[in-house]
Amino acid sequence: MNLDDYRGVWVFIEQNDEKIEGVSLELLGAGRKLADKLQVPLAGFLLGHEVKPLAKEVIAYGADMVYLIDLPVLKHYRTESFMKGVMHLAKQYKPEIILYGATPNGKDLASAVATDLSTGLTADTTMLDVDIDSRLLEASRPAFGGNIMATILCKKHRPQMATVRPKVMKALEPDASRLGKIIEEKISVEEEDIRTKVLQIVNDVTKKANLADAHVIVCGGKGMGDLQNFQLIYELADTIGASVGGTRDVVEAGWLRHEQQVGQTGETVTPKIYFAIGISGAIQHVVGMKNSEFIIAINKDPNAPIFDVSTYGIVGDAMEIVPKLIAQFKKLKAEKGGEMIYV
Amino acid sequence: MHIVVCVKQVPDTKIIKINPKTNTLDRRSAPAILNPYDAHAVQEAVKIKELTGGSISVLSMGPPQATAVIKKSIEIGADRGYLITDRAFAGADTLATSYALSKALERINKDHPVDMIICGKHAIDGDTGQVGPGIARRMDIPPVTNVIEVTEVNQKEKTVLLKRKLTNGYELIQSELPCLLTVEKEINEIEYSPMPNMIEAARYEPIIWAVSDLENVDRAQLGLKGSPTIVGKMFTPPRPEGGKKLEGSADEQVSQIMEVLMEKKDLFTLQPSK
Repeated sequence: MNLDDYRGVWVFIEQNDEKIEGVSLELLGAGRKLADKLQVPLAGFLLGHEVKPLAKEVIAYGADMVYLIDLPVLKHYRTESFMKGVMHLAKQYKPEIILYGATPNGKDLASAVATDLSTGLTADTTMLDVDIDSRLLEASRPAFGGNIMATILCKKHRPQMATVRPKVMKALEPDASRLGKIIEEKISVEEEDIRTKVLQIVNDVTKKANLADAHVIVCGGKGMGDLQNFQLIYELADTIGASVGGTRDVVEAGWLRHEQQVGQTGETVTPKIYFAIGISGAIQHVVGMKNSEFIIAINKDPNAPIFDVSTYGIVGDAMEIVPKLIAQFKKLKAEKGGEMIYV
Repeated sequence: MHIVVCVKQVPDTKIIKINPKTNTLDRRSAPAILNPYDAHAVQEAVKIKELTGGSISVLSMGPPQATAVIKKSIEIGADRGYLITDRAFAGADTLATSYALSKALERINKDHPVDMIICGKHAIDGDTGQVGPGIARRMDIPPVTNVIEVTEVNQKEKTVLLKRKLTNGYELIQSELPCLLTVEKEINEIEYSPMPNMIEAARYEPIIWAVSDLENVDRAQLGLKGSPTIVGKMFTPPRPEGGKKLEGSADEQVSQIMEVLMEKKDLFTLQPSK
């Protein structure tokens, strides 16, 4: 493999119902920086059926070109049909870096493509950079167990690939006047070649905690002690109209559903206000909430790392502080006679 | 119906301690357990076997002591277990791991043709979720990841109906058999193991294979040598300055934070009720 044959930064443009996923736009923002550093073009690759109108948006968000494969067989995401498309593009145009959103479909696709290309793939990245001299992608993620990050490199194989957590990178402001090229490609895949069929897609938001869209989140950790004390988290959330989240420990303990987990293996959230209560602030949690606008941490331990990322810290016993907070909010609501709204 | 479940031994992340000086984990502090997602994978195989008959094999790669997770799988209801263990496998990333496991699966498939492979969604020590789909590609069978329900297994038509979790709901998928599933925890509840299973597990001796027991292995694709990714560096992210720590009694701190919040009119405000 001659590594110099591979040039350019690519982003997988994931789309559903004629709409581009947020993480793909974020990755165009992150990819733009990498491409500029490496002085190569940034491309989005878009697969689907009747998705051509989305290509302009990909360019507006920072891409220099869009590789498009538009076929009925690509109407729904399926590993086999999509990976055939990506394999075709990657073999023909040889990008040096491919980024995918760490969504169910993005992770599924990246894993399959990495196997067939025999190349390296870093999962759930939260920091991206390139080394200009070696042209190596530096994909960093929290390392297992410790409050430490690991930078993963792929030195001898191309393309270098990573899946990236949603809501960690920043999308650019779209610029409709940006110019770019749309390159349409065909692949010969018939419906009979694909061994899975999507019979139905069910949008089920009832099971979702909707943390991703919440304006205010009250999040509890194992510092709450037990399930009974954890009800204080619900009570505070209820009083101020917030969503409830928890750390991995709390979900593992069965106090919350997995959908409510905030952090590396749960949701990444960016609410206006985030209450971190009884949470020490392990890096696996912090990567999932540090971009919240206003963070209030309550913890007994004055040295807890959660205070490093909080806007305001209260050092104290949550069992004492939270009931007082609830009382204050209730009093306020009674005095002013209204519901909290968040702008 | 012959189902193979791929399982991994992992340190229990709930109990593991962190060395505050180095910020890395103290592996000695954590007991080794069957990866929780894999336990659900074995349980799902047991549920399918109750309907279809057949047998369940489990396959693991790891050090010799990883036989413990095979015994645990027998306890849940697997019929036989294979451990591939060899120094040549050490240091494998996800690509090299899926290669080694697929070579073992090829041998299992020769003796007992495989109809379905089930893996956990990811292992709690690596959190990548990349090995399952990798195995599917190497075995040339369709992967269906993030499965939350096995709705129907049709042995006559050789198809399976599955619910696959998506960001905003789920999709109903029909797949041909054989196929590979990776399962979410919500797919089932782990049942208490019946006493005969526990006795069988205690007595069970897993089948142990080294690289030399596998066929057509390209050693260059194994272990550290066969791994395209390496850890470049470990670092502690720069500590942000942090915000203001409030002072005073609990009551004083609470009223201070209320004041701050009330001033933040760009964040939220009270709307008079209608």
